[in-house]
Amino acid sequence: MSFAEPLPRESKPRGRMRRRLRFTWPLFFAALAIGAFIFYYVLTLGYLDPAVNDFVQQWFPLVSINEALVWVMAALGLNIVVGYAGLLDLGFVAFWAIGGYVAGWLMSGFFDKAHVNVLGNPAPFIVGGIHINFWLVVIAGAAVCAFFGVLIGAPTLRLRSDYLALVTLGFGEIIPQVFHNGDDVGGLNISNGTKGISPIDPVKSLSISQQGVTFKSLGPFDHLSRYLIFVVLTILIVFMSLRLREGRLGRAWLAIREDELAASAMGVPLMRTKLAAYGIGAVAGGVAGVAFAAHVSGVLPDRFQFSISITLLAMVVLGGMGNVWGVMLGALVLAWFNSTGLPQLGDTFNSTFGTSINFPSYSFLFFGGTLVLMMLFRREGFLPESRTRLVLREPERTDMEALGSDIEEQAPELDGMRIGGKSGDDEGARL
Amino acid sequence: MTSSAPAVRSPQLAVRARAVAGRAAAILVLAVGAVWLAVNLFHAPTQFFQSAVYGLRNGVLYALIALGYTLVYGIIELINFAHGDLFMLGTLFSAFTLTGLGLTVSSPKGWLGFVLVLVLAMIFCASINVTIEFLAYRRLRRAPKLAPLITAVGMSFILQFVGLRWNGSTPRLWPSVLPAGHFQIGGVNIDYNILVVITVTAGLLALMTWIVTSTRTGKAMRATAQDQDAARLMGINVNRIISFTFAMGGALAGAAGILYQQTVGTTRYNAGFQLGLIAFTAAVLGGIGNLAGAVLGGVLIGVIQGLNDGLPYAFGQEWSQSVVFAILIMLMVFKPTGLLGQNIGEKV
Repeated sequence: MSFAEPLPRESKPRGRMRRRLRFTWPLFFAALAIGAFIFYYVLTLGYLDPAVNDFVQQWFPLVSINEALVWVMAALGLNIVVGYAGLLDLGFVAFWAIGGYVAGWLMSGFFDKAHVNVLGNPAPFIVGGIHINFWLVVIAGAAVCAFFGVLIGAPTLRLRSDYLALVTLGFGEIIPQVFHNGDDVGGLNISNGTKGISPIDPVKSLSISQQGVTFKSLGPFDHLSRYLIFVVLTILIVFMSLRLREGRLGRAWLAIREDELAASAMGVPLMRTKLAAYGIGAVAGGVAGVAFAAHVSGVLPDRFQFSISITLLAMVVLGGMGNVWGVMLGALVLAWFNSTGLPQLGDTFNSTFGTSINFPSYSFLFFGGTLVLMMLFRREGFLPESRTRLVLREPERTDMEALGSDIEEQAPELDGMRIGGKSGDDEGARL
Repeated sequence: MTSSAPAVRSPQLAVRARAVAGRAAAILVLAVGAVWLAVNLFHAPTQFFQSAVYGLRNGVLYALIALGYTLVYGIIELINFAHGDLFMLGTLFSAFTLTGLGLTVSSPKGWLGFVLVLVLAMIFCASINVTIEFLAYRRLRRAPKLAPLITAVGMSFILQFVGLRWNGSTPRLWPSVLPAGHFQIGGVNIDYNILVVITVTAGLLALMTWIVTSTRTGKAMRATAQDQDAARLMGINVNRIISFTFAMGGALAGAAGILYQQTVGTTRYNAGFQLGLIAFTAAVLGGIGNLAGAVLGGVLIGVIQGLNDGLPYAFGQEWSQSVVFAILIMLMVFKPTGLLGQNIGEKV
């Protein structure tokens, strides 16, 4: 990034107009959430035409919307790491898995020797085990993930970006494998191996059904109640992301993302700030893990695959790195597309044209293609943060400069500042 | 701000203490590893060498794949995530071509077919790699680093999709045209196909070393890796040299593909991801960008993995991945430059 030329000034709306723009997206999402709630509430009560009901059950079942909300939470966590701090994390599924297993340990009869019940709500017919209130487990999952985020980050954050990506990827592979093989760790069963932990205690909350609104433990079909819970959790994470972004820490993250050297010269403590990004991103991942465990009422180790990390990354990239609203939109759209949209569109296509194409098997192509095309043609995502747009759409360099692949070399003013920087003959030894 | 003497000195002391502690920890880790090897060697020498031989076979394949990573990284500093999947396409190509030619048994005709398909697979993978570079990476050469990396991940998914379509979602078993059977040295079985793998790899390595060190193209490659601007000023066609590097990496992946398919005997659409990751670990272990390092790293990783899978006192096969990645993480902590890598300074 060049210091010499100032970034082109974007013409921004000022005054009242700007304030209005600032509230556009929050209001949009709030309206979306409330509108969806009212719509599904009416639908649950059975006031709508059965045809409408069928259509909605096919195209927008509440289950898939709940799942999409879980994805939103995790994607917002990844957004803090990748979008704010610019650290590529390819193993984010690890935090999802840890959060899920924290829920599995603290909300089930898995540890049947223990008899702990802290405001818990054990499922019927389950004797023993640890049963802790869902909201406390959310906090516990967040705390454990923050701890692991810092633990994973501490030794690796000194590395350059691509090495960092690789090491996080390694952690993202190790941690699910630990859970996968966890039924016999030195003779101890810590995770029930491939069988996973199931069932997980139902959450006690407001239950909305045709019988009215009651306070009871949620059954497998109380999707609307879970929707409310997930919306609350999502709002918490959105709030956290937005407030952090405005604050000192958030500005430090952006500074690091844009130029690490300049940031550290300005007194930004690199290690601490990066670790904070990892820890806080992991918090959101942990909350998503707990929420997902409550959503499917169990944890299975085989679910935590590399493709989850990539899907999350695709959500962040597609929506617009660094912009909370963009990431939310990207996550909602991709999650819906993955769970419902692609099969449904495929069915419609097949029945219309009389073909029999298995559309869900194209998801690899779809995700890979999305990543590649986005990077080639719209690197900043569909709804970019204005700052990201400026950085990623850097002013085109001159032909001569553009020949060099590494950007670091493009700032001649920095040469004097670099202490023990690379010199030509160092590099000559490579390759 | 008042600057007192201890306030200035203590960070230095802390840095030195950290360096000493780091070195001590590294020595401790190595010592634990050595004790582990010694105990196993003493307890079950035959099993030790048998596992090491199998590990060596895998390690040689890892080395071939790792070379592709290291070549590309050396020249444009990109972790080509799609490289492992390219290798997977190589396994599929050779399996389907050999079977399509009707070569399913070990015979002189089969061996001839093996050589033919080896060359075809190398050409196949090289052309795919060059195409990917031309379509995707070339346009992103001036972009921030995150962009080509994410593109590579996307490409890896696209290649996996091709593999999924081609192979199907379940692993397939294939016959081998290589001579079956084994001979024994001191109770250790050595398969004939291991010898084939090692011979082919050694030949390819010699060829590649010759290209890189002794030809004009190799000189141009080294120049491009060092400084693209200066290379272009010297009249080197940088784009062509980068394409050629991708072709070389792809050809090695293709060779690794057919060797893997012929010795292991299975193809899976997601084989590339895991093997590619392990191979990349190998490249990093040896010092990325360093060709000899990639080979050393591949063989080391293969042998360690083989020992872990086969020894009586070890974590066992189900922890194989974790062991490899744990090695990677420890290496990153203690020696980020790799075993043979030069310290090129931390570029910020």
